[in-house]
Amino acid sequence: MMASSYNAKEEDGHHSGASGPGGAAAKSKKPDNTAFKQQRLPAWQPILTAGTVLPAFFVIGLIFIPIGIGLYVTSNNIKEFEIDYTGIDMSSPCFNCSQNFSWNSTKPCKCSLPFSLDQPFESNVFVYYGLSNFYQNHRRYVKSRDDSQLNGDLFSLTHPSKECEPYRTGSDNKPIAPCGAIANSMFNDTLELYYIDPNETRTLIPLVKKGIAWWTDKHVKFRNPGGNNSNLTASFQGNSKPVNWNKPAYELDADPENNGFINEDFIVWMRTAALPTFRKLYRIIQRKNNMTPTLPRGNYTLEVTYNYPVRSFEGRKRMILSTISWMGGKNPFLGIAYITVGSVCFFLGVVLLIIHHKYGNRSNNSDIPN
Amino acid sequence: MLRWIRQQLGFDPPHQSDTRTVYIANRFPQHGHYVPQRFADNRIISSKYTVWNFVPKNLFEQFRRIANFYFLIIFLVQLMIDTPTSPVTSGLPLFFVITVTAIKQGYEDWLRHKADNEVNGAPVFVVRSGSLVQTRSKNIRVGDIVRVAKDETFPADLALLSSDRAEGTCHITTTSLDGETNLKTHYAVPETAVSQSVSRLEALQAVVECQQPEADLYRFVGRITVTQQGEEIVRPLGPENLLLRGARLKNTKEIFGVAVYTGMESKMALNYKCKSQKRSAVEKSMNTFLIIYLGILLFEAILSTILKYAWQAEDKWNEPFYNQKTDLERNSSQILKFISDFLAFLVLYNFIIPISLYVTVEMQKFLGSFFIGWDLDLYHEESDQKAQVNTSDLNEELGQVEYVFTDKTGTLTENEMQFRECSINGIKYQEINGKLVPEGVADDSPDGSIPRLIREEELFLKAVSLCHTVQISYDLDQADGFGDTFSHTNGFSQMEYYASSPDEKALVEATKRMGVTFMGSHAEYMEVKTFGKSERYKLLHVLEFDANRRRMSVILQTPSGEKVMFTKGAESAILPYIKSGELEKTRVHVDEFALKGLRTLVVACRHFSVEEYRDVDRRLHEARTALQQREERLADVFSFIEQDLELLGATGVEDKLQEKVQETIEALRLAGIKVWVLTGDKHETAVSVSLSCGHFHRTMNILELVQQKSDNECAEQLRRLARRIKEDHVIQHGLVVDGASLSLALREHEKLFMDVSKNCSAVLCCRMAPLQKAKVVRLLKTSPEKPITLAIGDGANDVSMIQEAHVGIGIMGKEGRQAVRNSDYAIARFRFLSKLLLVHGHFYYIRIATLVQYFFYKNVCFITPQFLYQFFCLFSQQTLYDSVYLTLYNICFTSLPILVYSLFEQLVHPHVLQSHPALYRDISKNSMLSFKTFLYWTMLGFCHAFVFFFGSYILMGEDTTLLGNGQIFRANRQLMFGNWTFGTMVFTVMVITVTLKLALETHFWTWIHHFVTWGSIAFYFIFSLFYGGIIWPFLHTQDMYFVFVQLLSSGSAWFAIIIIVTGCLFPDVIKKVLYRHLQPTSTQKSQMYSNRVAIGDDFIALQPLSRAKNQLGKIRWKRIRFQSAQNMTLLKAGTEGRTIGNC
Repeated sequence: MMASSYNAKEEDGHHSGASGPGGAAAKSKKPDNTAFKQQRLPAWQPILTAGTVLPAFFVIGLIFIPIGIGLYVTSNNIKEFEIDYTGIDMSSPCFNCSQNFSWNSTKPCKCSLPFSLDQPFESNVFVYYGLSNFYQNHRRYVKSRDDSQLNGDLFSLTHPSKECEPYRTGSDNKPIAPCGAIANSMFNDTLELYYIDPNETRTLIPLVKKGIAWWTDKHVKFRNPGGNNSNLTASFQGNSKPVNWNKPAYELDADPENNGFINEDFIVWMRTAALPTFRKLYRIIQRKNNMTPTLPRGNYTLEVTYNYPVRSFEGRKRMILSTISWMGGKNPFLGIAYITVGSVCFFLGVVLLIIHHKYGNRSNNSDIPN
Repeated sequence: MLRWIRQQLGFDPPHQSDTRTVYIANRFPQHGHYVPQRFADNRIISSKYTVWNFVPKNLFEQFRRIANFYFLIIFLVQLMIDTPTSPVTSGLPLFFVITVTAIKQGYEDWLRHKADNEVNGAPVFVVRSGSLVQTRSKNIRVGDIVRVAKDETFPADLALLSSDRAEGTCHITTTSLDGETNLKTHYAVPETAVSQSVSRLEALQAVVECQQPEADLYRFVGRITVTQQGEEIVRPLGPENLLLRGARLKNTKEIFGVAVYTGMESKMALNYKCKSQKRSAVEKSMNTFLIIYLGILLFEAILSTILKYAWQAEDKWNEPFYNQKTDLERNSSQILKFISDFLAFLVLYNFIIPISLYVTVEMQKFLGSFFIGWDLDLYHEESDQKAQVNTSDLNEELGQVEYVFTDKTGTLTENEMQFRECSINGIKYQEINGKLVPEGVADDSPDGSIPRLIREEELFLKAVSLCHTVQISYDLDQADGFGDTFSHTNGFSQMEYYASSPDEKALVEATKRMGVTFMGSHAEYMEVKTFGKSERYKLLHVLEFDANRRRMSVILQTPSGEKVMFTKGAESAILPYIKSGELEKTRVHVDEFALKGLRTLVVACRHFSVEEYRDVDRRLHEARTALQQREERLADVFSFIEQDLELLGATGVEDKLQEKVQETIEALRLAGIKVWVLTGDKHETAVSVSLSCGHFHRTMNILELVQQKSDNECAEQLRRLARRIKEDHVIQHGLVVDGASLSLALREHEKLFMDVSKNCSAVLCCRMAPLQKAKVVRLLKTSPEKPITLAIGDGANDVSMIQEAHVGIGIMGKEGRQAVRNSDYAIARFRFLSKLLLVHGHFYYIRIATLVQYFFYKNVCFITPQFLYQFFCLFSQQTLYDSVYLTLYNICFTSLPILVYSLFEQLVHPHVLQSHPALYRDISKNSMLSFKTFLYWTMLGFCHAFVFFFGSYILMGEDTTLLGNGQIFRANRQLMFGNWTFGTMVFTVMVITVTLKLALETHFWTWIHHFVTWGSIAFYFIFSLFYGGIIWPFLHTQDMYFVFVQLLSSGSAWFAIIIIVTGCLFPDVIKKVLYRHLQPTSTQKSQMYSNRVAIGDDFIALQPLSRAKNQLGKIRWKRIRFQSAQNMTLLKAGTEGRTIGNC
């Protein structure tokens, strides 16, 4: 700094000595009279006063309350049915299955739960399974996956990421595919729904298992090794199946469009839930025609192939049936929030109006000191 | 050996003798013991870095900052242990911050390098081996003989050997060093002055011994030993023999000098070093807040760690079947795990410490300070001076000032002296039309008649015209023939006086008008022309002025051979030594002058007998040639000489008040700032100036603490004053203290004095020595309330005060640039102070205070959801947001709006701020950074974070409810969310809310604000779409793939975002409105008011607000146009009109 300021001064002195009167005017240090430099840029200067805020409050109130009511009604129109099939109680049909769990039992344990719907479910019905106390968001769990393996990368297939430990290599020292804790703990209960006619005949309700995962996940993010159409069995030759799985990845489904890494159940499971109590889409019941409801009123049976142990961590398993609206599933809170904020706005608008009238003049008349 | 190494590394200073010995032309003695001394070369290095050490040195300096160091540690922790986020998340912002700072500093250093190279590479002429050699400035070594030609600057500190004049004098100007514009004469010792050519210099055998380099420009002690024909002649060297680097040679063809101090050891270089570092109050509270946040961070991390272990005590949570640990994790030691868990939480929450706070504050200060220099209102047309910012670190401190300490002369006054009255031999005279007229005598002498001066008058005028250090500059064509001036009888018009003190100039000019003209000095003679009759006085000695003696003297030999001394100085410095003369009458006159606000000087003389003079001469010579304690010995000798004086008279010189001083002081007082005037002037002068500039009111009760002789007396008087203040507290009090009483009061009764002075609305300290000024400032500064002080002054005597105060302001006046150089800000006129404080200070304070608070707020908002999320993920340190969002939040998504806000925000229109100084009180005592406001912002941050998190939590339900169809036109699907979508939702809501929160705080919306505010939000959306739209080949996981698109494709997610953002900001709006209406601050009132004025419509402006506001709504659009630049004048008129109306 020293030399530069010294220099600057030297130059000043030199110039003022040598330059003629013409040059002196140009050398003037006078700052430019521009709006920017004088901090006079044209500006909008809003002030929050009762006068300006009041209309906004009323407008917000008037907009939010109808929206809230709309959302609330929509949410209320959504029909939802939930059944817990964990089998905690002795009375529960699944009690036995839940008690006698062992990973390497070859014979699946089956149990069936009867339930009835009071109202018919119109339109498409979504079938979910719900888990509680299941920490899919545990850090060790969340990172225990290899996205490039799931994307069909052949190198990663044989060399899974270190993050997959301890689910990286199987007991036979072969790399596991799909590796990691998430894949290893994939939900493997099978749920089947039967409609029981008034005349006691059981009809299997067809469940659609496609279209339950994000389109981009299914088509871009997840890919089978060597392309989706290759021989999966050969591709997974060098790999071991995840420890907890009964069958290897290439046997998840008979449909080649839904097998291996692009199995939609698998993809859904791989999208880790944000909270320990979550539900995941299991199947969709397509509406047949406009005449009959998708699920009419009446009795049903839920047939569970009970494979998934949750009692060790005090978990619960549920099956949920739900219809859907334009805004998603059943959630009254959004509507309530809108109604609340809208009415508070409106109410405060009124209060402010009173304050404004009562105190507005007083505070304005007392002017600024001096 | 070790010692040598240490010396080379700069640990030990090289062997320090008290003097340095310089062999001229480096001709070392051939015999005898000679220890070569090491001197610095003549390279000026102002740059801090070189190409090689820039990176390490700059990094080292940056990491000395606590925040940067903290982030470095976090980064290293991330590298070492398994942490939830990758090292990039904290590494990249750190890298960004470090890079921005490094670029700024590197650029500044590059400028310095450029300047250095220019200076070091300048061509100079050096005498080497018998001829004149051209070389570069940096090659000059100590002992080299350097030739400097006319109008060149000196490349090093040179001891003058000879000039082209026979008597060995030269004229120089030191404008670039201290700003003094007068020409100064420097002398060569007679023995070397004859060596005017290279060949003769070659034969010169001489040694200069002088003190080691020191920074004082006006101190130089040395001696030269010249060997002539085997005989050694010793001559003293003083400041008048030393040509300082940076000064410029004038009126002299060429000089030869020997380099004594070179490069970084030259006085100029020493002077630019080590500027005191001042830190603003805002910075201090910022650091306090940082520590509080560090506390919050540690608390959160420890709490999380403990809870983690409480939660994970059981295996079913710690290690359920679906989530097994690796063997390594299982087997590592408990303590290590605990520590690494704690560190992991620390890393997870580390962004609560705002990383970019420092860099943003630095940018804000650096860029924001330009506005001061750009301000037209701070530009002084006459002197072509604009305000100057020497340090941008203190911008906001301008808005916090509680005490203003101002110098009087040159600060409150113009420092343009006019001779008015004088007292000669007990008779008062006035100057009327260039004639000295005794009081009571009408000016009836007809024009043209030669006025007769009586003896006393003549002696007085001669004394005045001889006792000074004024130089004369002639026009260029005459300057070379300096000797001609004696025959130059009609050279009046071309003659101009240059003086370091404006008083002297005024006096010499006045005597010239009255017929006693100082014609200049030639060699050892001063010539005075009395009514056309020339007289030559031989100048024997000059006893220079100094601030302690407060007088100066010259000893002359009159044409008739008499030795006489003329002394002039402050009346208190001379009257005690008066032996004869009209002492009483003169004292009365001096007091009368002072009452009129005139600056007084007393003139006296002393005639020496031959013996007396011999004694004086001997003593002076001894003292001047002394190498040790020269100053002290000189002072002794001076006081020995300056006594037994014969009083001649006194002069009264008027110093005009600067424009608008009264208004400025009044404005400062209304702003709650106490103004103290500290002056070296006499009590009466000071009081009368104080009254005339509005510092003291007529209605004020003036308390006096003057002429206290003893401790007890002083204490008693102080107690009396304190009682008086208590008794009538209705009236405003003003306090007058003089320097002597002040030092008494400060010695023993500091507290008592503080009590009294704090209760006075105006304090005037007169007869102050420069150091006393600084002492007063320090006293106030360190008092229990720790008020923010500002010192303003123009002269060298104000420097200590300027450096002592929190904010130092220099006035670019006539007394040189020393004050300006040592100040933090420099302005041309005192009246600019009101705009500088009331407008710029106010703005800068508001801007930076909001900036700091907002930074903490937005980081609380940012990190608290992550903390809350731990409660839902078993304290497993899972991040809520994706790493890229964590990285970019501070450096991309939320950085620009706050920077723009902090550069351009204007809470109230500047004109309103200036016309209502009381608004300044709204921000006093660091109110916007008080603990209460800090708590408010922090709590707001926490509340918002809770709303973001739990709002999303509730609205999202069990992961599926929000994500509805999105694809309305396709089959209805209800897919699932997942943790990343949840985090993205919280993050989206957060970015929008945080940006809009700032928008709510913004009162001044230019297109730039609109651009960055909406641009930031838009950028976030565009970036997220882009980031989520690609499978990134180099990324480890693809967590964010299409997450953002899925989120936005859900209609109810939009609804949720809207309701959460509204829910966050809505209470804030209500709070603002309620406070404005129920408890408006005066700033808020004036905002309404400024709107009214801004309409520019007098009709509306003058009616009650309620009615006006209705119209306001209608004319809102019109208002915007009215705010444009062209309507400023209209606006100003409106403001003023309204102000008058109010009063």
